[in-house]
Amino acid sequence: MNTNIDMSNKEYSDYVEKKATNSPLLKNIFWAFLVGGIICMIGQAITDVFLKFGFPKEQASTYTTIILIFLGAFLTSINLYSKLGKFAGAGSVIPITGFSNSVVAPAIEFKTEGYILGLGANMFKIAGPVLVYGVTSSIIVGFFYWLIKIFL
Amino acid sequence: MKIGSQTIQLENTPKLLQTASMVGPKEMDGPLNQFFDLHTDDVFLGEKSFEKAESKMLEQCVNHLLSKAGMNNSMIDYIFAGDLLNQCISSGYAIRNLNIPFIGLYGACSTFCESLALAASFVNANYGKNIIATTSSHFCSAERQFRMPLEHGNQQSPTSQCTVTGTGAALVVPNSSSIHSLYITHVTFGKVIDFGIKDMTNMGAAMMPAAYSTITTHLQDTKRKLDYYDAIVTGDLGILGSELLVDQFQKEGYDISHIHKDCGVLIYDKEKQDTHCGGSGCGCMASVFSGYFFEQLKSKKMNKILIVSTGALMSPLSIQQGESIPSIAHAVAIENEV
Repeated sequence: MNTNIDMSNKEYSDYVEKKATNSPLLKNIFWAFLVGGIICMIGQAITDVFLKFGFPKEQASTYTTIILIFLGAFLTSINLYSKLGKFAGAGSVIPITGFSNSVVAPAIEFKTEGYILGLGANMFKIAGPVLVYGVTSSIIVGFFYWLIKIFL
Repeated sequence: MKIGSQTIQLENTPKLLQTASMVGPKEMDGPLNQFFDLHTDDVFLGEKSFEKAESKMLEQCVNHLLSKAGMNNSMIDYIFAGDLLNQCISSGYAIRNLNIPFIGLYGACSTFCESLALAASFVNANYGKNIIATTSSHFCSAERQFRMPLEHGNQQSPTSQCTVTGTGAALVVPNSSSIHSLYITHVTFGKVIDFGIKDMTNMGAAMMPAAYSTITTHLQDTKRKLDYYDAIVTGDLGILGSELLVDQFQKEGYDISHIHKDCGVLIYDKEKQDTHCGGSGCGCMASVFSGYFFEQLKSKKMNKILIVSTGALMSPLSIQQGESIPSIAHAVAIENEV
């Protein structure tokens, strides 16, 4: 019996890929679209209510953001958001509620290591990179916007 | 006595006197629930952190093993133990209260066979009389070390496996005619094998070549045929890894599908429990062997088995640095008669 597997790393990787079950792409896309869409509709509904009560548009959308962040954090704390994320995938990760989830989840998890080095240091473990590159790219875009405005 | 290239024949045939196992709630929902000694519904076990909970589980399991064997901790010469957490804290903290000389091990999920093989070798060499081998893992403590926080809403890859919350402990004693129990006859220590798999959510594929290498080397060293064993039990190759292993033997002209079992596949019900490719972790083989397979051997439903626990020797750091996953497997042959 041969004790070595007669394959190169590349051959083995290709073979494994062929054998492995792929993610159910269509199903995942469908649920992501549905749940992501519903979250956005809820956001729109909240904005509309504020507008109806006479708030200016900018204020209404700020309040909506705050409410959605609260909802995401609340659902995370009662262990519902992770269940939603299981089938909604990107649908619940991309909206602002997902951002809230990605901050609250490590905050809960790392509480055992104390408020400073645990919760404080790890809270932005997942959201941190989003902030770093979000802020960086907005500065770059802003710079070009400013340049274009000078010449036009 | 060393035979062949990687195997030790235990000529004094130490005995596996007793085992104990303990699992968490998800494992109790699985198909093997009747075989575990102890279980907990609370993943915290009344503690404040998951790490403490894992430690407590290990300690309770070892204490249960001692009471099953009718011994106390002063009668134990050494304890070989390991787990998945950084610096093996579950084992160290658990054994702090037990007052037994401790040899800490890390072989990722292969640690159970590693500790059992070393315990058997020690007894065989007459370095000690009563030696315990034990390992543990906990879903929640492993998730936070290796993956995402528990409450984070994300999707798992279909090839991913679920870390078992469980522990198992085994007591090895010298051969004596007054003891009716199983013999440990051979141990085979594996080499580190790497086939370049980089996907941390596909450990089964990364570990299969190590399992294949250790099993075939064991057979070659002992001059045994595959059908010598009633079962060849791997630790946590999972559904995909098992399929790849059976396929690999098929390519060499051997059909092992009827004798190959995998603890990671057995412990959960894939359809009902949403565990994708099955269970994994140090506690997977520890609890399934100590619970299920020990019982099968004791009741003579099986007489000779080869247990092969498989481990992926990466860390989150090495994966972030773009390294592939090196793997290892160790094998222990356990038989009713010699």
